[in-house]
Amino acid sequence: MSVIYLLITISIIVAVLFLGAFIKAVKSGQYDDDYTPSVRMLFDDELVKENSNKLIQTEKQKQKSI
Amino acid sequence: MDTENCFHCGNEIIKKDEILFDDKKFCCNGCKTVYEIFSQNDLSCYYDFQAAPGATPQDIQGKYDFLDNEEIVTKLLEFQENTTHIVSLYIPHIHCSSCIWILENLQKLQPGISTSQVNFGEKKVRVTYNPEKTSLKDIVYLLSSIGYEPYISLENFDEGKKKVDRSLIYKIGVAFFCFGNIMLLSFPEYFEVEEYWINQYRGFFRWLIFGLSLPSFIYSASGYYVSAWKSIKSRMLNIDIPIALGIIVMFVRSTVDIVFDYGQGFFDSMCGLVFFMLLGKLFQQKTYDFLSFERDYKSYFPIAITKVLPNGTEESVQVYDIEKGDRLLIRNQELIPVDGILISEKAAIDYSFVTGEAVQIEKKSGDKIFAGGKQLGKVIEMEVLFSVSQSYLTQLWSNDVFQKRVEQQHKTITDRISRYFTPALLALAVVSFIYWIFIDVQTAFNVFTAILIVACPCALALTAPFTLGNVLRILGNRKFYLKNALVVEQLAKVDTIVFDKTGTITTNKKTSITYEGQILNDFELKLLKNALRGSNHPLSRRLYDFIPNQQKIETISFEEVIGKGIFAKFEEGSVKLGSSQFLEHMSENTHKKTKVHVEINGVYKGSYVFNNQYRKGLEQLFEQLTPKYQLIVLSGDNDGERKILEKMLPKSTLLVFNQKPEQKLNYIEQLQSNGKNVMMIGDGLNDAGALAQSNIGISISENVNVFSPACDGILDASQFDKIAFFMKYSKNAMKTIYMSFGLSLLYNVVGLSFAVTGKLDPIVAAIIMPLSTITIVSFVTIMTNVFARSK
Repeated sequence: MSVIYLLITISIIVAVLFLGAFIKAVKSGQYDDDYTPSVRMLFDDELVKENSNKLIQTEKQKQKSI
Repeated sequence: MDTENCFHCGNEIIKKDEILFDDKKFCCNGCKTVYEIFSQNDLSCYYDFQAAPGATPQDIQGKYDFLDNEEIVTKLLEFQENTTHIVSLYIPHIHCSSCIWILENLQKLQPGISTSQVNFGEKKVRVTYNPEKTSLKDIVYLLSSIGYEPYISLENFDEGKKKVDRSLIYKIGVAFFCFGNIMLLSFPEYFEVEEYWINQYRGFFRWLIFGLSLPSFIYSASGYYVSAWKSIKSRMLNIDIPIALGIIVMFVRSTVDIVFDYGQGFFDSMCGLVFFMLLGKLFQQKTYDFLSFERDYKSYFPIAITKVLPNGTEESVQVYDIEKGDRLLIRNQELIPVDGILISEKAAIDYSFVTGEAVQIEKKSGDKIFAGGKQLGKVIEMEVLFSVSQSYLTQLWSNDVFQKRVEQQHKTITDRISRYFTPALLALAVVSFIYWIFIDVQTAFNVFTAILIVACPCALALTAPFTLGNVLRILGNRKFYLKNALVVEQLAKVDTIVFDKTGTITTNKKTSITYEGQILNDFELKLLKNALRGSNHPLSRRLYDFIPNQQKIETISFEEVIGKGIFAKFEEGSVKLGSSQFLEHMSENTHKKTKVHVEINGVYKGSYVFNNQYRKGLEQLFEQLTPKYQLIVLSGDNDGERKILEKMLPKSTLLVFNQKPEQKLNYIEQLQSNGKNVMMIGDGLNDAGALAQSNIGISISENVNVFSPACDGILDASQFDKIAFFMKYSKNAMKTIYMSFGLSLLYNVVGLSFAVTGKLDPIVAAIIMPLSTITIVSFVTIMTNVFARSK
């Protein structure tokens, strides 16, 4: 039955870890702005796609112009 | 129609200015240029997220020259190292997802910028850049050129790092951690089954719970002890006393319980209580990051200005470093930061920041010019008379009203209730204790503690934060932004409302005059203009300015009937103009519109309609408000409009004219000394003193992102006609609070009946407490939403 000591200790440790993670996240300012990230995540992809193509193009253009 | 609007900024396109580029239509060159910049840099995605997101870039030549000055730049930077500089810039135009996208891709437009991050709520962009490759000035110019001009003012000066207080969040985190774990560990004992298993581990569980409750008891609840102690010291019985008492008694009794093995204690209820009450505090703390309620002249003033050295060279200096005798250069659209004497030949100064009225004032060489004016037109030169802190406008801020940081003077509703509640509770506890002590000493202590535990005014303390917090949110959604929840309480107490005139009950837009009737030819206009020349009536003056310049002719006879009209005779003909009675012309009498009728050579021609410059719904608003409130219009202007206002507004409205900023302040003070609760609604710096003095200062703003003086609330101008509803709503909110107080007292009575008879089990406490909390919270949330819907 003494397994209960072990289990409860583990459960408390896990809970403490979560609490620590929460406090760390708050401290880093993660929750200060709760709107922008929700918008930001929506446009990352398309930007990379478009630009990787076009950057090459513009570089080519530059080379041509030289 | 889409096609008629600018592809970049969405403004309507005036046909002759239309620019076609890349198959898209633009309203001006500026917008086209921004589009060009974006499309060349593959950033045309900007237009995908939102249609027409942009703003027309303004001409800012020379405006940011002060950013060449190292010292000033240093003051603006948030972080500074050899190759990395970080700066946060406030950009009022940030308003949609396209804005975020473009501003976070600045590095594509300017080499040297490594990252940029937008905080949408605060409307700020945080740019990290390499000072060797680019400079702050370049970045500011880049932003301006794409229509995102940052706003840099004296307020940014010495800004440094703002400390963010996150302790409440930490406390809630800890409280929740304790609450959750204790709840789980308490379950076995709730069902108090006399079993070998439970008996075996009882001690372990209990001491573990004890340990877990410590962080919540010591750290999370600490605010309540401090507040209770302060209130005892100042001899004001606030609600935190019974709360702190309840928490401490709960902890002590529970500890005693487990030490002597009487039972499991009330640790679960205690931690739940702390958690819920902190949650209430958080809920009340709704803030509007993008609004500032503490603005003073600093946020209006530029950070630096161009100084002309004796040898003729120009240099940027910080505004604080300006000294008497310096010569300053003020460019177009720049704010004059100090009082001085004009050296240049002529200047046109717009004092709208100070007076709220957008009228240019002509100044000649040698005239005194005051701080707060904005130069329009050419570059002017001036000599400084006073330094910034001694100038007229800034002196206004040295008034006491701005100096004392008022600790909320009035008692909150919760505190008022607790003034009765706390002594009653203590009395009940003592009486029951004395009663029981003759019967059984052990029970006596139990009853005494049980009363303090059960009556711990958790629900009572939660009522106000949740109600007011919710009201704050609902008002915020309706574009009425209040500084904090206490303002709602204040709002309900107001009995006198003072309105500023210019910019508050009138719009800033210039009145338009329209003509109705037979079209007048040039000859007739000439007669009209010359007839008007002789009259000093405000309407005549305005009409005179409206009619284009005409040749001057002399009148033969001129007659003005006061309050009626003018009759003027010329060699070429005669003009009669004025009210419809004066002209004996019966038109449908729309008395709400101001009209000047025109008759030339005895023939009725038509009428000039002065479109009302007053805000929409003004008359209805005043009519709604007048039965309940004393209404006053306090104006800095002369009483030229008295007649019109008297006609429009209810009779009981008091009209006070010719009030200087200090007089406005004194006027409010006088009302208050007569026992009035004054709400002032104003705009502009000239009202700043009055706003600060009044019990509630509401600043009205056409664009809430732009400036408003220090105040308790900011109202979007479009919501002006809803003021009556807001007032009523705040009263209903207070009603909700009273109802919910009744409800929570009911819970207390039930709980106390358990406690007084000495039958309070931990499990009863653990059920009653969350149950009362949940009912109260849902009750007030529902009620406030219902009231918001009922118009």
